Amino acid sequence: MIPELGQFALIVALILSVVQGVVPLVGAQTGNRAWVRLAWPAVSGQAVFVFLSFACLVWSFLQNDFSVAYVANNSNSALPTLYRVSATWGAHEGSMLLWVVMLAFWGVAVAARSKHLPEMFAARVIAVLGLISFGFMLFTLMTSNPFDRLIPAAFDGRDLNPLLQDPALAIHPPMLYMGYVGFAVAFSFAIAAMLEGKMDAAWSRWARPWTTIAWVFLTLGIALGSWWAYYELGWGGWWFWDPVENASFMPWLAGTALIHSLAVTEKRGLFKSWTLLLAISAFSLSLLGTFLVRSGVLVSVHAFATDPERGRFILAFLVTVIGGALALYAWRAPLLKSDEGFGKVSKETFLLANNVLLIIALLVVLLGTLFPLFMDAMGGGKYSVGPQYFAAVFVIPTIPLVLLMGFGMHSIWRRDNFSRIARRLRVPMAAAIVLGVALPWMLYGRPSVMTAIGFTAGLWVIGTALFDPVGGLLDKSRKVRVTRGTWGMIVAHFGIGIFILGVTATESYSIHRDQALRIGESIEVSGYKVTFESLKPATGPNFTATEASFVITRNGEHVVSLNPQKRTYRVQRNPMTEAGIDGSLARDLYVALGEPLGGEAWSMRFQYKPLVRLIWLGCIFMGLGGLIAISDKRYRVVVKKENKASGREALAGGTS
Amino acid sequence: MWRSLIPIAVFAVLVWFFNRGLGMDPRIIPSPLIGKPAPEFSLPVLGDRSRQVAMADYRGQVVMVNVWGSWCSGCRAEHQTLLAIAATGEVPIIGLNWKDEDRDAEKWLHDLGNPYQVNLVDVEGRTAINFGVYGAPETFLIDKQGNIIHKFTGPIYWQAWTEELLPLVRQAKEAT
Amino acid sequence: MTARQQRMLIVVLVLAGVGVATTFGLRAFQENLLYYYTPTQVQAGEPPLNRKFRVGGLVVPGTVGNEPGKLEKTFDLTDNGAMVTVHFAGILPDLFREGQGIIAHGKLNDEGVFYAEEVLAKHDENYMPPEVAESLKQIHGEEPSQ
Repeated sequence: MIPELGQFALIVALILSVVQGVVPLVGAQTGNRAWVRLAWPAVSGQAVFVFLSFACLVWSFLQNDFSVAYVANNSNSALPTLYRVSATWGAHEGSMLLWVVMLAFWGVAVAARSKHLPEMFAARVIAVLGLISFGFMLFTLMTSNPFDRLIPAAFDGRDLNPLLQDPALAIHPPMLYMGYVGFAVAFSFAIAAMLEGKMDAAWSRWARPWTTIAWVFLTLGIALGSWWAYYELGWGGWWFWDPVENASFMPWLAGTALIHSLAVTEKRGLFKSWTLLLAISAFSLSLLGTFLVRSGVLVSVHAFATDPERGRFILAFLVTVIGGALALYAWRAPLLKSDEGFGKVSKETFLLANNVLLIIALLVVLLGTLFPLFMDAMGGGKYSVGPQYFAAVFVIPTIPLVLLMGFGMHSIWRRDNFSRIARRLRVPMAAAIVLGVALPWMLYGRPSVMTAIGFTAGLWVIGTALFDPVGGLLDKSRKVRVTRGTWGMIVAHFGIGIFILGVTATESYSIHRDQALRIGESIEVSGYKVTFESLKPATGPNFTATEASFVITRNGEHVVSLNPQKRTYRVQRNPMTEAGIDGSLARDLYVALGEPLGGEAWSMRFQYKPLVRLIWLGCIFMGLGGLIAISDKRYRVVVKKENKASGREALAGGTS
Repeated sequence: MWRSLIPIAVFAVLVWFFNRGLGMDPRIIPSPLIGKPAPEFSLPVLGDRSRQVAMADYRGQVVMVNVWGSWCSGCRAEHQTLLAIAATGEVPIIGLNWKDEDRDAEKWLHDLGNPYQVNLVDVEGRTAINFGVYGAPETFLIDKQGNIIHKFTGPIYWQAWTEELLPLVRQAKEAT
Repeated sequence: MTARQQRMLIVVLVLAGVGVATTFGLRAFQENLLYYYTPTQVQAGEPPLNRKFRVGGLVVPGTVGNEPGKLEKTFDLTDNGAMVTVHFAGILPDLFREGQGIIAHGKLNDEGVFYAEEVLAKHDENYMPPEVAESLKQIHGEEPSQ
């Protein structure tokens, strides 16, 4: 009964989303206020039924209702409770429902915070969100219904893919989707602005916190995915340039560009149409990501269920949403003229350069991801683009990006002077260059040119980010009031610096050794002695395992004992490697067990990864920076004042 | 004015590529075996391992070989259809139980019903390889001379049976 | 330097930078394009020697072997037409099994042995197309008749 209730709730939500999507838009166009106001009850009602539907699916998982096909395929009675909940979004059907839930959540959030917005405008934003919800719910119900019954019911479930039975991956999809779907809000703001044909500083101030919070979720979601891949999937790699990863990284790059371009639009009223285009792009790339992952046009190592029929639907949806938005853009963008100019050297220039370079980086990723598809479509054969392409080409736009980041932070609006900025930043610049060569040399050995550039870049960003706060601490007379917005920027940029250091050290100085070892044997790798001590069986709730014990010593001193496992899950019977990791800020030691090689020997992999944790720590700082920035009080107080005025305006517009 | 049309033009080109990409299902793997003799095998029977059944035993008959395993959700999905096909009596279905445990397979047949005339256990997985099996379920039609005339990839559904497989079966049965 | 010369210098520097970056980018792109060949194509001598490519197929049961206690192992890949022997010195992925579809990256040596740098096992054995839901409904809705 519960699954039917869930399906029924989803159908009700679908109907309400039509009301939410159509009535307020028509009302706004014809000046019917009652229709406009229908947006609020419609979005709340839609959300209630979507949440109810989702709760029904979670309930079916908790109750082990194997008469539901989706539950039978992705759960098992021996599965721990936490994973039974996360199994809800462990495969295609449920993750689509999760997407709808997120969209409903954002819709309600916008509606709840819309007291600050002109009524007409808010109604349009909510309506656009409703239309997107409609598309996704229709997709879910028509091609991927998670409530489909399995008759006769299964005796027991097929179990959740063992790879997904992990705490980080339990929360990775919700975080990522919060980000993806969050860009729908910025997208809806852009559509509403184009419909009204008006885009002022107040618009940017409304759009900014929504964009930033979505970006924060996306940043943390990607970081979680990378962290999971590191210890669970990739034998110690943290990023593979896999299509699925790229699908989440491209909206991130577009979103990052959008955040910066929004700053210019808010402060200076420039780049208006460009900002709109980025807002459309960020969400379009999120949709594209879904398309790439779900349709099977690109084959990926993350083997989600792929399916051309679903792909067709998503493609049609893409054409409607993105095509419609871009058509509106082509029609309306020329109306949005920026009237002011800016100096050749100014904050505007640096932010423009930031945007150009981010977009180049985005195109690099897009080209590498889609090239195999292009070649195949042209009949050119089956190609793939190796990860080395991305690694080599991605740094080309990012090196100048990082260099300019330091200058941009310290430049001023309208008109600036390059020698003034350079003079001001000569200390961090000199320090970054000297330390960028000396630090890795002292810590890890002679750096290559790229390593030195990487360290210099990381230190340069950290130095320029912390320059003002540290300067303020040292020199009490220089009292500068720093807003929360600026603090957010400082913390996020500091996070980028940390991230760059982590990536450079890990990529330059990691050591990895595959070896065949017998029990009692040991290997020596750059000062570490790794001894294969013993092998014993182990069991978990739904798996059995072979657990090895490795003792690591350095200069005769005990460092750590690691116990990597080779697991076999009872239902799916795929072997799974559970690595043993000793983590610290300075370095990770990583031991993974391969397979038995005969003669009592096992293959094993040992890895030493310096500063690898800075990669994810950097992402946490970026997210933290975003959160600090949106706590800035100007997003509340000033908006309130302005709202009264624009609210009245809207009223007048509605009645005339 | 024209500048603002660039984004939608770029998008149109991308859509064109995606649409072509969708037309090419990465799962469609042409079987090089169509029209060629089915691989010879002699395999033990599920439930009675001492008995062996060989491909040659079916010479002169049209048969349908269905590759399945109790671990495979697609096989569960097609099971009802297989039972319905068996009920029509048009063609004997030979099961090739692949990468499975005998106990699980027997329980499956006991609980869900048995559409198979006989089930063979592919212990080494070698027969499945010889048939070019990439996944389960896969179904092969074999004519009276022992040639593979058709391969169906994925779960069989009723419409696929009536429109795609049944005409081939009837045609093969009429041929000498 | 006059302002004009200064501007010229900046333009030249930017152009040079873009040029160098594009050259590097294109080279990296070309070097990392990996073409996919089947074992039949490999046996027919289609792939070039000393250039990396990918080969995919099924692991032939009974051919996976290694000297006891040694990491190096060999196995045969087939597409049901031809076979190619793959040599790999590393840890095989968890999903690697006999009879499983895999993809290997690497180079072919003079004796026709494929030296893999990386082995990927990513084939999903479970087909589940969309027509199924439709057909299930049909079957339960009306008992199929002849």
